Amino acid sequence: MPELTLEGMRVTARPGTTVLAALQNAGLSPLRFSLGGESRGALCGMGSCAECRAVVDGLTVRTCLTPVRDGQDVRRLLEVSRED
Amino acid sequence: MKTDLWDAVVVGAGPAGLMSALTTAQGGLGVLLLDAQPGPGGQIWRGAAAGQKGAAGELLRAVATHPAITVLGGAEVIAAEAGGRTHTLTVTSAAGLRQIHASRIILATGATERFLPFDGWTLPGVVGAGGLQAMSKGGLDVRGRRVVVAGSGPLLLAVAAGLRHKGARVLAVAEQAGLPAVAAFGVAAARLPGKSREALALAAGLLGVPYWAGCAVVRASGQHGLQSVTLRRGRREVTLDCDYLAVGFGLVPDTRVAALLGCPLDGAGAVHVNAWQATGVSGVYAAGEVCGIGGVDGALLEGFVAGCAAGGQIERLHDAPRRAGLQRRFQATLERSFALRPAQLPTPSPRTIVCRCEDVRHGELRGFTDWTAAKLQTRCGMGACQGRVCGPATETLYGWHFGGVRAPLLPLPLAQLLDEPTTLSPP
Repeated sequence: MPELTLEGMRVTARPGTTVLAALQNAGLSPLRFSLGGESRGALCGMGSCAECRAVVDGLTVRTCLTPVRDGQDVRRLLEVSRED
Repeated sequence: MKTDLWDAVVVGAGPAGLMSALTTAQGGLGVLLLDAQPGPGGQIWRGAAAGQKGAAGELLRAVATHPAITVLGGAEVIAAEAGGRTHTLTVTSAAGLRQIHASRIILATGATERFLPFDGWTLPGVVGAGGLQAMSKGGLDVRGRRVVVAGSGPLLLAVAAGLRHKGARVLAVAEQAGLPAVAAFGVAAARLPGKSREALALAAGLLGVPYWAGCAVVRASGQHGLQSVTLRRGRREVTLDCDYLAVGFGLVPDTRVAALLGCPLDGAGAVHVNAWQATGVSGVYAAGEVCGIGGVDGALLEGFVAGCAAGGQIERLHDAPRRAGLQRRFQATLERSFALRPAQLPTPSPRTIVCRCEDVRHGELRGFTDWTAAKLQTRCGMGACQGRVCGPATETLYGWHFGGVRAPLLPLPLAQLLDEPTTLSPP
């Protein structure tokens, strides 16, 4: 089973699942803060809303489209409000 | 930038895309099949395994094993240009940008959910109806979670049954359409081959779950995440404590790539096609939900017709036009039955956020007369989603025409634009 790091916390996830599911199952909410500082979570689950974006191995990605892989480092966009 | 030339490119690997890729390849053409998801299947067959029993497994296996089909997952079209004989798509994937040329393009880009704003809809825990289903298929553990499913359309029932099967506690399904309309849809569905069995299975999966027709979403409440949802049934308001509100108001054809290619749309905002699934642009075909919301059976049929037409196999079509007629009538009933009724839709307050990317509120937007003016003055639609969420919402709320489609369709890392893509693995 892939083992990844979410905000410094080691978790395992089932192969074939998404980084978004790993974040959600670990209870990490909110996923990000909006421009006005509101808590936000995933909305569409299929790559169109971009609410679930987070930094995976240094790149901002939509986590609902990103499969879990062994050794991934995942950080939420809690500091950065505007997208890079 | 790496460039390559294909006989045909199919955009979208859901049922319509899979079927059209297979059919086109059977006509002797080399086919590239692209999808934004890591693997094929689209939303409805997401997570299905090639070779498993049933239509999904069979089609996935046929596509995976066909020597003339190349499947490229995690790939999205960011720009598209129609040429006289050869069309060009610019595609982004983890490996960088690539430019793809093809004389035939089949658009099977599907649909996205229509989200409508109401107080509290930006709270974590308020998700799309199809959205929660997609998350659950992607590995989200919903066991024991209390879910209210709301909005409009037959998708709500499938979502509720699917979530329940995964162990969620579905508290209620709240449909904005009235009971007579929903019943009319049920009768029409029962006439289609295969649909009545499907409906029975759905009903069995939903035993004991309240289905409230003519029910409106009023607000979602909570501090940093969703705690409860308030619905209106008749003149009575009902508040339910829940972990998820799965809410969507029907599906919107994803016509962005079609728009870049210049394909004309019909009055309902879907790609206009003829009996051969050909669009108004020579060499460009479309199949499935992008041509109008009709479900998986219609999508498979249209995918077959598009593949026959693109691959020059008109003789294989037999009774396809007759079957397509049946599907179109079903589609029309679906559209009528679940037409959005303004009195039953959520009402945003001036403080309600409409554009989630840029935090633009209803009060700032309602004075504008069109999308472009609002966008220029407020940044509505200029964020990461590029209007994919707020565009359809403003059409319903204000009657605007969302015309914001331009390349690149997605925010791209600058590195992808600047770097010479070097190490693209073969597709």
